[in-house]
Amino acid sequence: MKKTQPHTRLTEKPGFSNFMASLLAILCGLLVGFIVLLVANPQKAFWGLSAILTGGLSNMKNIGQVLYGATPIILTGLSVGFANKTGLFNIGASGQFIVGAYAAILVGVKCSFIPGPLLWIVCLLAAMAAGGLWGVVPGILKALCNVNEVIACIMMNYIGMYAVNFLVQLTVFDSLKNQSMAVAAHANAPKLGMDQIFRTGAASSSVNAGILVAVLAGVFVYFLIEKTKFGYELKACGLNRDAAKYAGINEKRSIVLSMVISGALAGLGGACLYLAGAGKSIEVLDVLAAEGFEGISVSLLGLNHPLGIILSGLLVAYLNQGGFNMQVYGFAPQIIDIIISVVIYFAAFSLLLRGLVQRMAKRKAAQTAQPNANAQTEEGGGAE
Amino acid sequence: MNTWYFLIQQTMFFSIPLLIVALGGMFSERSGIVNIALEGIMILGAFSGILFINVMQTMHVGIHPQILILLACLIAAAVGVIVSMAHAYAAINMKADQVISGTAINMFAPAFAIFVARIIRGVQQIPFSNTFRIKSVPVLGDIPVIGPMFFRNTYITTFLGFVILILSSLVLYKTSFGLRMRACGEHPQAADSVGINVYKMRYAGVAISGALAGIGGLVFVVPTSTNFNASVAGYGFLALAVLIFGQWRPNRILFAAFFFGLMKTIASAYSGIPFLANLGIPNDIYKMIPYIATLIVLAFTSKNSMAPRAEGIPYDKGSR
Repeated sequence: MKKTQPHTRLTEKPGFSNFMASLLAILCGLLVGFIVLLVANPQKAFWGLSAILTGGLSNMKNIGQVLYGATPIILTGLSVGFANKTGLFNIGASGQFIVGAYAAILVGVKCSFIPGPLLWIVCLLAAMAAGGLWGVVPGILKALCNVNEVIACIMMNYIGMYAVNFLVQLTVFDSLKNQSMAVAAHANAPKLGMDQIFRTGAASSSVNAGILVAVLAGVFVYFLIEKTKFGYELKACGLNRDAAKYAGINEKRSIVLSMVISGALAGLGGACLYLAGAGKSIEVLDVLAAEGFEGISVSLLGLNHPLGIILSGLLVAYLNQGGFNMQVYGFAPQIIDIIISVVIYFAAFSLLLRGLVQRMAKRKAAQTAQPNANAQTEEGGGAE
Repeated sequence: MNTWYFLIQQTMFFSIPLLIVALGGMFSERSGIVNIALEGIMILGAFSGILFINVMQTMHVGIHPQILILLACLIAAAVGVIVSMAHAYAAINMKADQVISGTAINMFAPAFAIFVARIIRGVQQIPFSNTFRIKSVPVLGDIPVIGPMFFRNTYITTFLGFVILILSSLVLYKTSFGLRMRACGEHPQAADSVGINVYKMRYAGVAISGALAGIGGLVFVVPTSTNFNASVAGYGFLALAVLIFGQWRPNRILFAAFFFGLMKTIASAYSGIPFLANLGIPNDIYKMIPYIATLIVLAFTSKNSMAPRAEGIPYDKGSR
């Protein structure tokens, strides 16, 4: 949306006002969280808040835990955000996530003959394939039969959950713990020495190469969408399907491929959560994977931009870690969900907040007598 | 024959909440606002309704159970309206992306319910004793065939569901209010040009959806459980699916809700049906049936979507 601009100062760039708007939303969320804490227990409210704010940075192990916690939700966030950019609402990240996780665990248990970290990579590929497969169904139904992707994705979430429950029990079941078996040791993501850095005394954190996978995936999505012809076609389909078709883009193919990529990203997230050597396994429960829905929040907070998604994924993981620490003061960790939901709610007002920030910046610019804030400030909608 | 009656009765427990919530969603979407927050509103509606029942029961207030549940429905509806106003404000006044505030409410609701329950009760579950089951409706329950199917082993909320269906249909198609609301969902600029207050109509649509979703949450929890655990098992999202499946039309929503409810009943009660139990298909496969069946039906029936045209687009007076 933004075209060639003459030299603009930092405060007038849309990215800046987006960032400030998000920051305002976060402050609002923390304020509401503090008020809730005050109502719940006035004596300890302050300590609770400070635990939330500092918990993620309190020691090296916690920093590592934040990075580990951020990995899967950055990937599901990228999945949802990518689909959003192409005009599809992928509410099915939850199903794609869990089938991806299952595929990774299946390969990790059954194919332990594959040597070294190669096994880990094969597991990731299997997860992407499974997630992509789960994404392709709503994609094809949307492209060929005009089925609303939201409803197809919701159905695929449940089908995925039950299918994984069934398959786990059939293939990789640890019946004592009612969960999937542990994968071969070398199927877990390499630590790359990060467990030596992010540790406190003897307790090391679960951070691993997965976080690098998540960041690389973000870079990949950015280049795909912004720098390639294919990405341009996908975006065009998202903005106006008919116009894209008229311009000679195969819009059906675009829809299907976009869902495949989106599903593969979510599946990758599933693999990264479970292949961490953190002792996590798929439990056989009739509950949808929460990471898929958290991905929606992360993507919305990050304004569907890969960089924003990585940052908001880190933020959400940071708050979650703080909430974990806050339990010392007797508060339920759900306060974190309340804070995040309020942040998202205020992020919905970003148009208004952005306008506010821009107006302030404009006034400042006017004071220094540089009247070059022009049409671009009107264009608040462009979230690039 | 007993199996048949059992199936019908069970189907009601699954279908009625879906029906009520999907009808709520219909009002919101026909006025032009996508309400993905149905799940969250259901949770908070059920939470407040069950909390009310719990308080009344532990205080041993001498009140007829049927009146108690209807009062709880009213409270759930009121809470639903309040919560939905948050969505309406963001979607209508702030012209926000309607998915965002909906997602926020969906995230907020279970967290808030658990948080408050733990403050009040120390644990997150809220128990209640189910005294609401009607063994047999007087007179009607004795009619052969129809009696056991619809008037035995039932809840007053089942009939409430049908009343809501009829009322919704009447309001939407037989009143000027309904006509105006539909206009706001199809072409708000045109509606505005003939003097309809688009904002007001959209607020009304979202408020109705909040009330119905609140009731639907309570109606879902009461027959299927004896305590409330800050969850409605994804029924809000399923109701959204039923709404789309039902093509935003009351009669079709009824059909879709019952189709889904029947499939769900077969999936959960197949062991009581001799023919299905003997097939030896694993439990989890049965549980997938409702979702797969819905997908297949949708694949054949979705060619012409009848979604409200202006759905999800914030109305801006300036952009006529």
